[in-house]
Amino acid sequence: MSEVLRMELRKVLTTRMWWLLALLLLGYMAFLGAAMAFSLSGAEGGATLTGDSSAPPLAERDVALSAYTLAASLGYVFPLVVGALSMTGEFRHQTITATLLAEPRRTRVLLAKLAAGLAVGLVHGVAGTLGAVLGGAPVLALRDQPLFLGDGEVLTQLVFSVLALAVWAVIGVGLGTLLTNQVAAVVVILAFTQFVEPILRLGLTAVSALEDVAKLLPGAAAEAMVGSSLYSASGLLDLLPRAGGTAVLLGYAALFAVLGRVTTLRRDIS
Amino acid sequence: MTAVDGAGDAIPVEVHELTKSFGAVRAVDRLSFVARPGAVTGFLGPNGAGKTTTLRMLLGLVRPDHGTATIGGRRYAALERPTAVVGADLEAAAFHPGRTARDHLRVYAPRAGVDDRRCDEVLEQVGLADAAGRRVGGFSLGMRQRLGLATTLLGDPRVLVLDEPANGLDPEGIVWLRGFLRFLAGQGRTVLISSHVLGEVQATVDDVVIIAGGRLVHASPLGDLVALASRQVRVVTPDLAGLERLAAEHGWAATRTSDGMLLDDTTPAAVGAAAHTAHLELHGLAEEGASLEDVFLRLTARTEPAEPVRGGAA
Ligand SMILES: Nc1ncnc2c1ncn2[C@@H]1O[C@H](COP(=O)(O)OP(=O)(O)OP(=O)(O)O)[C@@H](O)[C@H]1O
Ligand SMILES: [Mg+2]
Repeated sequence: MSEVLRMELRKVLTTRMWWLLALLLLGYMAFLGAAMAFSLSGAEGGATLTGDSSAPPLAERDVALSAYTLAASLGYVFPLVVGALSMTGEFRHQTITATLLAEPRRTRVLLAKLAAGLAVGLVHGVAGTLGAVLGGAPVLALRDQPLFLGDGEVLTQLVFSVLALAVWAVIGVGLGTLLTNQVAAVVVILAFTQFVEPILRLGLTAVSALEDVAKLLPGAAAEAMVGSSLYSASGLLDLLPRAGGTAVLLGYAALFAVLGRVTTLRRDIS
Repeated sequence: MTAVDGAGDAIPVEVHELTKSFGAVRAVDRLSFVARPGAVTGFLGPNGAGKTTTLRMLLGLVRPDHGTATIGGRRYAALERPTAVVGADLEAAAFHPGRTARDHLRVYAPRAGVDDRRCDEVLEQVGLADAAGRRVGGFSLGMRQRLGLATTLLGDPRVLVLDEPANGLDPEGIVWLRGFLRFLAGQGRTVLISSHVLGEVQATVDDVVIIAGGRLVHASPLGDLVALASRQVRVVTPDLAGLERLAAEHGWAATRTSDGMLLDDTTPAAVGAAAHTAHLELHGLAEEGASLEDVFLRLTARTEPAEPVRGGAA
């Protein structure tokens, strides 16, 4: 098994995509973290980005948390795509043949890819979380607000932000296995994360009977795993407890992986 | 240690009653043959004959409907460390374009049980040492073929399975490949190579396995194929009608040409004597052995390509 894992890790490390996307994620989250810290802390400074002063002001720690954990709410598409590419790329470049020649036991190949995806996901988790902190903290400091970087709950949420992003990469591997066409996979990922889930969450929450369903959506589960989110901090949406969110998110990872194993990986490779 | 894992072993490739349909197309139909150790076996057939499908079944990538394909008596997937027993290359262009040649090999090295030094070694062997650090995306077709071959050699396998390895090679490359494959077979390895052109591998192979429409049409040492080339006599005459009469009288199977006929299963002496007796004016009389390529074409034309399976579930 360790040989297959080494094969999969080398596949990742010998291409540029994983670190290019991680760098992009870091930069993007730094920008969003700064913007978020600026707009949320602005309520007391007299100016807001949105000009929306009707919402209740957040506690100072929640402001910091909202900025620091942004990656789990807005940056997860990066590890998700990187995870998916690890399988769609094999079909796109037809290297799946060489992979299955090296290891004909297909379940092992998938497990190794999931593990390698987790490793890359951790790198993305660190990049995204670090980016949000690097962007948010200086703005808070400029506004003379406390940074809470030694705060236990803040540190815990930062760790879970890293972990949640890593799980997204694992979900991506399963998704890419299920949907091996690279273009289709990326389109589905972008459409779901950018439009479908946000709309579903707001729509389902508006109907009280379906409110609990909204909590089971993957994005909501990831935010629950982290422990706070943009939506919940502002009191807009409820989340599952952390353990529940973690379980649901891991459930998605397992579901896609199993579906991919019994569909794509059972077929003839020709 | 099982027998097939040891270096220096003679490991035959055995295909038995192998059958595979894709929907209504029977790609491979009860195909049986053996590729023996120490020889280069040419696996030949026209486009769509079922060569790639057969090799994919042999390598566990495609599941046969019936039959077995084994390497030293074991299925590919049952081998402990497959790439150390069988080196296979099925796709000329199956590389991640962003990887360098050396990194491409390093990806597959752990499962072949070899280190980075071996990667440089095989690059040297196929003449790609200078391109080791270049991205594969910029490689020519011939360079890709060589890198594919280098990949198969990583684990120093006793069996080589190559699908159309001469594709994209220039004449010099083909000569090089020929020498290289002969060298590998000379070490007692089993070498199975496919091609849709007999001429391309004629000087390389010891044995031929010819298929058409998924079925075996001929399997023998190359020499026996040569013997199959039936003799023909080319006759040139201004009196075509007279020649036709003569051929009919003697029962020679004849094919018209623009200025005469090709007569099967006879000799120039017999035709010359008969023409003399019949006072037939001849302008040319020569024996022609059908080329191997002609024999190949005749063998593969006999069977219709990939007939649909009639009735029943495919
Ligand atoms: N995945 C598939 N789905 C449907 N039909 C297939 C598939 N793979 C092969 N075939 C069909 O099976 C037959 C044999 O194809 P195969 O690729 O094995 O031939 P080949 O001898 O390798 O030909 P070539 O010389 O062109 O490479 C063809 O009719 C082909 O169309
Ligand atoms: Mg083919």
